[in-house]
Amino acid sequence: MKDTGLVKIDLIFEKIDVKELLIKAFKMSDEAIVQEVITSGLKGRGGAGFPTGLKWKFAAFEKEQEKYVVCNADEGEPGTFKDREILERVPEKVYAGMAIAGKAIGAKVGIIYLRDEYRYMLPELQSLLDEFHKSIKEIGYDFTLEYRLGSGAYICGEESALFESIEGKRGEPRNKPPFPTVNGVFGKPTVINNVETLVTALMVVKIGGAEYSKMGTPDSPGSKVFSVSGDTPNPGIYELEMGMTVQKFVDEFGDGDTKAVQVGGAAGFCVPRKRFADTIIGFEGVPTGGSMKLFNSTRSMYNVLHNYLDFFVEESCGQCTPCRVGCQQLLKGISLVKKGEIKATYLNDLSKLAETMRLASKCGLGQSVGNAFNSIVDNFREEIVY
Amino acid sequence: MVTLKINNKEVSVPKGATILDAARKLDIHIPVLCHHEDLCVAGNCRVCVVEQKGSMALVASCARPAEEGMDIMTNTMRVRSARRHIVELLLAEHRSDCTKCHRNMNCELQKVANDYSIGEHIFLDLVEDHDYFVDRSSPSFIKDDSKCIRCQRCVRTCEQLQYVSAIAVAHKGAEQKISSFHDRPMSHVVCTNCGQCVNRCPTAALVEKTYIDQVWDAIYDPNTHVVVQTAPAVRVALGEALGLDAGARVTGKMVAALKQMGIDSVLDTDFTADLTIMEEGTELLVRLKKALVDGDKEISLPMFTSCSPGWIKFIEHRYPKYLPNLSTCKSPQQMFGALAKTFYADKRKLDPAKVVSVSIMPCTAKKFEADRPEMRSSGYKDVDFVLTTRELGMMIKQAGINFDTLEEARYDSIMGDSTGAAVIFGATGGVMEAALRTAYEIVTGREVPFENLNIKPVRGLEGVKEASVKIEGCVDDWKFLEGAELKVAIAHGLTNADKVMKAVRDGKAEYHFVEIMACPGGCIGGGGQPIPTNQEIRQLRVDAIYEEDEQMVLRKSHENPEVIAIYKEFLGEPNGHKAHELLHTHYVEREAY
Repeated sequence: MKDTGLVKIDLIFEKIDVKELLIKAFKMSDEAIVQEVITSGLKGRGGAGFPTGLKWKFAAFEKEQEKYVVCNADEGEPGTFKDREILERVPEKVYAGMAIAGKAIGAKVGIIYLRDEYRYMLPELQSLLDEFHKSIKEIGYDFTLEYRLGSGAYICGEESALFESIEGKRGEPRNKPPFPTVNGVFGKPTVINNVETLVTALMVVKIGGAEYSKMGTPDSPGSKVFSVSGDTPNPGIYELEMGMTVQKFVDEFGDGDTKAVQVGGAAGFCVPRKRFADTIIGFEGVPTGGSMKLFNSTRSMYNVLHNYLDFFVEESCGQCTPCRVGCQQLLKGISLVKKGEIKATYLNDLSKLAETMRLASKCGLGQSVGNAFNSIVDNFREEIVY
Repeated sequence: MVTLKINNKEVSVPKGATILDAARKLDIHIPVLCHHEDLCVAGNCRVCVVEQKGSMALVASCARPAEEGMDIMTNTMRVRSARRHIVELLLAEHRSDCTKCHRNMNCELQKVANDYSIGEHIFLDLVEDHDYFVDRSSPSFIKDDSKCIRCQRCVRTCEQLQYVSAIAVAHKGAEQKISSFHDRPMSHVVCTNCGQCVNRCPTAALVEKTYIDQVWDAIYDPNTHVVVQTAPAVRVALGEALGLDAGARVTGKMVAALKQMGIDSVLDTDFTADLTIMEEGTELLVRLKKALVDGDKEISLPMFTSCSPGWIKFIEHRYPKYLPNLSTCKSPQQMFGALAKTFYADKRKLDPAKVVSVSIMPCTAKKFEADRPEMRSSGYKDVDFVLTTRELGMMIKQAGINFDTLEEARYDSIMGDSTGAAVIFGATGGVMEAALRTAYEIVTGREVPFENLNIKPVRGLEGVKEASVKIEGCVDDWKFLEGAELKVAIAHGLTNADKVMKAVRDGKAEYHFVEIMACPGGCIGGGGQPIPTNQEIRQLRVDAIYEEDEQMVLRKSHENPEVIAIYKEFLGEPNGHKAHELLHTHYVEREAY
């Protein structure tokens, strides 16, 4: 097991001359850009971790005239706030990342889907976008970006629900396949990437894919921006090399009494103290879109789970059975077990239900509810029951 | 073609077909709830999940296109366990009062639950946690959210088949529900009461409002005279509600059953369908004369048919500017109702106040139509109760009648005679064909120039049909039509109606006469017809309608002896004063949302 240790990196927030980098990038062939990203091993930073280079390659392969690059800025995972920081500090790098993605796949239009709660940032972001449009025109490249606002639904962070929302419809995930690279927004081939992924891809083009992949581990190359919150003396945003153990993370950010870390938000996994040392933060262990929440011994893991389930009961789109009804069952089930109204062994039935939700739900939301549920119930059963 | 394996058996299906299609080809049963042949893929109930080798998660077979080399298993432990869970989950939020339910023994959820032998519930009941609402505001149907499994068939039906979207998905998560605009009562939205959602609802979340008890009460009441009219499309579908195959023609048995039930007089809507042709055909010819000869700019063309109350409400909401284009003729149901308490009561020496007029319709919108304030020209409510084909089926069962072995009986008189032209009202294109058979003959003195009177171009299940008839050799009164080409169009399903309306509005179509039926396939596919429905079943019912027509002695409305007699004895001339008073109506503009 390669443990990179806790290494702070300054790649995402590094101030660079975006125009200069774009001039360089636009001299590269489309294939070369895609190849750099493939070489880097970059995986999507929104949480799901699909290889970014492959996504671009698939979209580039499509013959359609009209294609789109969509930036998923609907950051809604509980405990995640790194995209907000990126948009506040280096929005020009997000725009440039989209332009490069656009060039790589042959798209002339990009859409940034900004979560409603970040609406306050829009005036500033828009004026910077106007500048960006000017500068990209000076370079002689045809690429236009526009903002679309969400309306507060967590599910609209799911890529196909996000497309539906952009199209003015109810934000509900679509059946897949077809995937976005074939049939994305407005039915056109689309690359949809998270804010951080686009900035990272930009930096890959700057430093080279091979150089980037030297960071991290083979399964989780590169660095990642983490949103650290909970029982920690140092909450905030940190860019760290991928591949550290939870223990190393807790050594740096814990308050000396950390009993669990929720990695990846409500849709992620709960790592208990006994597993800190042998759990890697990354795709070979516990993946995260950035959310890292620390809990110390004063916290009730029942309350934590209750809170997450409450969240899912409300934020499920309600379209598919396993997710809509399953979330309600899990929440009601643990509540009644806690009250002693049903037997503790009912938790076993609920664990099986969580497995059905993982297997049979239509989209990633329902499929990942079981992550938090099973990892908390398995590791803190006594806190749920008593 | 793509070739895949399901349960180790190879099967080839066209590209684009789903795993479910492929499984059906192999005769492998996969349960479905949100899937419906008439509608687009939803993939949201998840009960059709199957195992795909190499895939971590299960896949929804109704939504996943079959791919070359796929290896699918439909009955693994994981599939079985997931399906059971899913059915259990649906039952947890569904008010399972099956024995008291309108859809008991004809409920798709109940069937799947039975197949998976859901015994004791594993999961917790969620019904009481929800603030479910039962909307009884429509005279046609009841919407009970506590029975809803959120499959969204109704939403897709209303949007895709009917282009109405009176209902849509609202809210999210546990609160998600099927709702109307701003949660307004169904009686106060653009809903046309067509009942297509009722036809496709897998449970009893949407059911017709029944008037069975009221009709039994009237039958049992010795002081009333119950007169029943049966619509053309009922006779080719009622059998399905009583265990016969789709397309069975049961006219005689239906009449016999009604008589056994104790109906005082079993009569036929077909009689007033023939009358409609006389009135509507005359109206069309008069409009054409005024427009073409007199140059009257006030005359609205094309003229639209007005038999379908779902269509009427649609145009009242959506295209009120075109209300003058609607024929002023009442529908056959309402013509019958108006005559039942005037002409009929008079002839039979009955007190019209004691006549209870019941109609058996393939339609839920007819319930709304009968309630319209315009429909009281007899001085009473012209039609007291409207029952659907399904309700009649239920009553026949309640009466303990063995339908299968029943001796056929004939309609009573008066108002029981009909022609083949009336029967075909039940299928899309039928009103047009009946009108042409009569109008052409009035104008030229000769039969329509189609073999055996069968006007094939207006038949069939294509969404919008167009035809033209060249008029030659006119008799003196209609010389102005000599050489004219009568252009007609036929649409069924309101989505197709909307296409025609847009074409007319945008000046892209020049029709003289347009037949529109709200339901797919026309009345045979009506919202009151037996469940299930699909294209194949509708085709069988259509075929049965035309068989019924072919075996009639009289096949032109103007040859119906009772129709001839009623003009002579009672109505005077078609479109005359009396006819206008009883057989014609007007329309109202309604809100657009």
